[in-house]
This record gives sequence, structure tokens and C-alpha cells, in this order.
Amino acid sequence: MLDTASLILALPELVLTAAGLILLMIAAYAGDTSAKMIGWLGVVALGVAAWALCPAWTQGGDAFGGLYRGDAFGAFAKGLIYLAAAVCILIAPRFFEAGGANGARAIRAEYPILILFACVGMGMMVSAGDMLTLYVGLELNSLAAYVLASFMRQDGRSAEAGLKYFVLGALASGILLYGISLLYGFTGSTSYAGIAAAMADGLSHGETFGLVFVLAGLAFKISAVPFHMWTPDVYEGAPTPVTAFFASAPKVAAMGLTVRVAMEAMGSAASSWQQIVVFVALASILFGAVAAIGQTNIKRLLAYSSINNVGFALIGLAAGTAEGVAAVMSYLAIYVVMTIGSFLCVLQMRDSQGNPVEDIASLAGLSQSRKGLAAAFAIFMFSLAGIPPLMGFWAKFLVFDAAVAAGMTGLAAFGIAMSVVGAFYYLKIIKTVYFDEPAAEYAPAGSRMESALIAVSAALIVLGYLFNPLLDTMSAAAAAALH
Amino acid sequence: MIGLSHYLVVSAILFVMGVLGIFINRKNIIIILMAIELILLSVNLNLVAFSAYLGDLVGQIFSMFVLTVAAGEAAIGLAILVIYFRSRGTIAVDDANRMKG
Repeated sequence: MLDTASLILALPELVLTAAGLILLMIAAYAGDTSAKMIGWLGVVALGVAAWALCPAWTQGGDAFGGLYRGDAFGAFAKGLIYLAAAVCILIAPRFFEAGGANGARAIRAEYPILILFACVGMGMMVSAGDMLTLYVGLELNSLAAYVLASFMRQDGRSAEAGLKYFVLGALASGILLYGISLLYGFTGSTSYAGIAAAMADGLSHGETFGLVFVLAGLAFKISAVPFHMWTPDVYEGAPTPVTAFFASAPKVAAMGLTVRVAMEAMGSAASSWQQIVVFVALASILFGAVAAIGQTNIKRLLAYSSINNVGFALIGLAAGTAEGVAAVMSYLAIYVVMTIGSFLCVLQMRDSQGNPVEDIASLAGLSQSRKGLAAAFAIFMFSLAGIPPLMGFWAKFLVFDAAVAAGMTGLAAFGIAMSVVGAFYYLKIIKTVYFDEPAAEYAPAGSRMESALIAVSAALIVLGYLFNPLLDTMSAAAAAALH
Repeated sequence: MIGLSHYLVVSAILFVMGVLGIFINRKNIIIILMAIELILLSVNLNLVAFSAYLGDLVGQIFSMFVLTVAAGEAAIGLAILVIYFRSRGTIAVDDANRMKG
């Protein structure tokens, strides 16, 4: 018997699955020449899926007997995921055409389709109400992501990135699964509600082990210290549009998943996981800030920056309150805009032949040859560093505010001190762009769309305060949906 | 009489062997793929043992899903290994070091 209410709540995933399969057939018959059209159709499918989030946003609830939950929290995260995925589809063709892939100089039609399938998986992740849906969603996303990381088949670095991502991602899934099996055995249930009910009367040893394994597996997926080692290599080796994708959408999905598991499945054992989350947050902030200082490759530097940012977002989760969860969601929204904007700027870094360059040194004197791009770089770097008039400051302020309200003043103080250390390497980039002797000039900006996207994200970062009431209402509604 | 704890011990040993197989192994990436399978099988053993012990079918259904996903994962892993071998000409673990820092 088909349950209509459940199907309506799961409509975004159904739309994306159907669109992915249909586009795969088109690609099979029309070949790679149809890649651009498939990309645009994929963006349309993402738009339709975003529209299909409305029922879940207004009157969410359990679907399919509690396996899946379409609620405001999931809808908020999915909105961000679809936005990031759409941008990453739009920016790809030009990268692959203009000497991105040495040898084959065109985008292959699988790219947008793989992103669509990854989005289905990410939607399942943030909407899971049961460990089974969590696992299937996570793998759906990961399997597509492994292929995306090694998408430039001829490039040794891309293949190596894919291989490393695969091995460590599979290890993380194994650790997560082992934790799930222990939780299942010692609580007798795989549903979040069942696990929470069984944990309410204190943790047994088996449950503690399960909780630690699950959190370790999830820390891998959000690339938090001490499970971050894959991040710099994968970000550097993967093609730049794919790196932009990894840094934005799966990050939101994995953070959303972690928040939901921590608050719903393990909410009754909050004091146990809070210590772990506090440690992981502090270690991520510290390591992300210190290890980034010596980097010479911009993609590697942004990888450490993403580790650093995950640490700040986890501070909101460590607070363990609804306010903290709302702060995490706002942080993710702002982080997605900042990180996509930064990677759009990185995409503009091409030498005079149009080949991509990734050296930070090649940015020297950019302010003289490309004033607009230099300004955009400065805005995103200042924002990532958390300098006040920009939105990056507001994101950090919200998580610190939540931590202080929950009585974690020491944690917030450490975070603020470490954000000063982090500011050093962001400021170093701005110094290179504005005050160093000019290096060889870049190729001129070739794409109106990319320039427009950079302008829009920079404007959002500068003028984002206008949308603050909206962002606050939406993240509060998302946080209230968790129970 | 073989009880739940025996199964759990075997499964824990398999899991540890799988993890060590990934980290201690310095030879061949194929061995890493085998170690990953070992981890997933230890999880399956755990799930089925708990399922029988609890008298609850969910664990066995879960292990079916794990088996299916493991097959897909192995296929993708081998495919990535093949393109890696094409571009590099080796599958030794120590040679996977083009990026450092």
C-alpha cells in the first residue's frame, strides 16, 4: 500500500532520483555533446526539488514508519545543499573545457548526474530518522563523491585523490557501521527514537562504545580533527569545481546529520557526547588554524580553512541547546556562501594560456591587473577570518553566543583566541594580493556567469545583515523541528 | 555452548584486523580493499548475532543492505584503482604520495 503523505514528504528525493535516471538515459544516447544541456536540466531539477521542500517545511513529520523525516530542519539543510550543488554544476563546463582536463578538453555528461545522485544521498542523510536510512544515504553520497574526486581520469593527482578519498571514506563508513551495530545490539533498535528511549536510563558500556564509534565515523565525514587527514589531499587533487562541491554541500549534509544524530538519537546522553564534541571542536579549530600557515597551494589552504570552520560550527553543537543548533544552521548557511565564493575566485586563477594555477604566490599584485577579483578575494578572506562588518563575523558571533549562554565560556574564549591565529593566513593572502610585487598576469575573466556569481556571493557577504531576520527565523524553525 | 559474546569477540577481532590491514599494510592497495571488506563483514556478523540474540529481524535486514552497498563500494574502488594504475603504472601504497603537506 502506498502512503501518499510519506511520498509527498519525500518528494525532493523522488524528483532528484527520477531526474538523475532520465538524464542518464539522455546522456547514454546523446553522448558528451549534451553535457551542457544536461547540466542546465540538472539545475532545473534541483530547483523543482527545492520547491518540493515546501510541504516538509510547513507541516513536516515522520514518513515511512519513522525511517524518514521530512521536517523544517531537513528542508533548511536541503535548501543549502541544492543551492551549492546547482552552483557547482554551473561552473564546471568552463573549467573542464579550458585546459582543466589535460587531454580530453570537454566536460563529460556524467558530472551533473553524479552531483544529482549525491544530492539524493545528502537529502536522505539530513532527513534520516533511522540508522538504516542514515547509512544508505551516506553511502549514496559517498559513492558518487568518490567518482567525482577522480573525475579527471588522465590526471594522476585526481586519481590519487579519488583513491585516498575512497580508502579513508570506506574506513569511516566501516567505523560508523560498527558503532551502529553496537548501538543496535545494546539498545535493541535502529530508530533514533528507540535509541534515545533506551539511552534515557544511563549509558551501558556497549552503548558508550557504540556512541564513540558513531561519532568517530561522523567526524571523518565532516573532516574534523583527529579524522581530517584525507581532507587536504582530496581537496588539492580533485578538480576545482568538485572541490568547491566537497567543501560546501556534503559538509552541510554531514553536519546536519551529526546534529540530528546527536540531538535526537543521543539527546538523552548529551553529557557523554558533549565532551567528545568539545574536544573535536577545539582540536579542529587549533589544527585548522596552525597547519594552514605554511601552505603554498590555495586549494590546500582552503581545505585547512574548512577544517577550521567545522570546528567553529561544532561549538554550537557542543552547547547542546536549541539555540546552539540554530547557530550551527546559520553558520552553515553563511559558510556555504563564503566557501563557494572563495572557490569561484580560485576558478578565476588561470595563467595567460588559460591553464589553472593554484599557487598562492601567483596571486601577487592581483589588485593591479584585476581590481574586481582582488576585491572579491579580500571580501571572502576577511569574512572567513571573521572581521566584523562581514557575515563571517556574524556566524562566529552566533556560535560563541550560544556557547556562552550554555555556560561554556572557556570554550568560547578559546575559540575567539584561535580565530585570531586563523586570521593570520587569511590576511597573508590579502597582503599577497594587494601589496606584493605583481607576478605574471592572469588570463582575462572569460565568463559573465562566473563573474556574476562572484558578485552575488560577495554582495551577500557584505549586505547579508539585511537578511538576518529571515535567517534567524528560518534557523530557529529548523532547530525547533528537532526533538 | 556458543553464545552472543563469542560472536562479538570474533567480530571485534575481524574489525581490528581490517583496520590494521589498512594502516599497517605498506605494500599493495588491493590488500586495503580486502581489509575494507573484512571490516564490513565483521559488522555483518555483529548485526546478525545481535539480531538472533534479540529475536528482532531488523539486524538481518540491515546486514542485507550492508552487503549490497559493499558490493557497490568494491566496484567503485576497483574502478578508481584501475584509472590510478593507468596514470601511475603502480599500485604500491608508498607511491601514492604525489601530494604532501
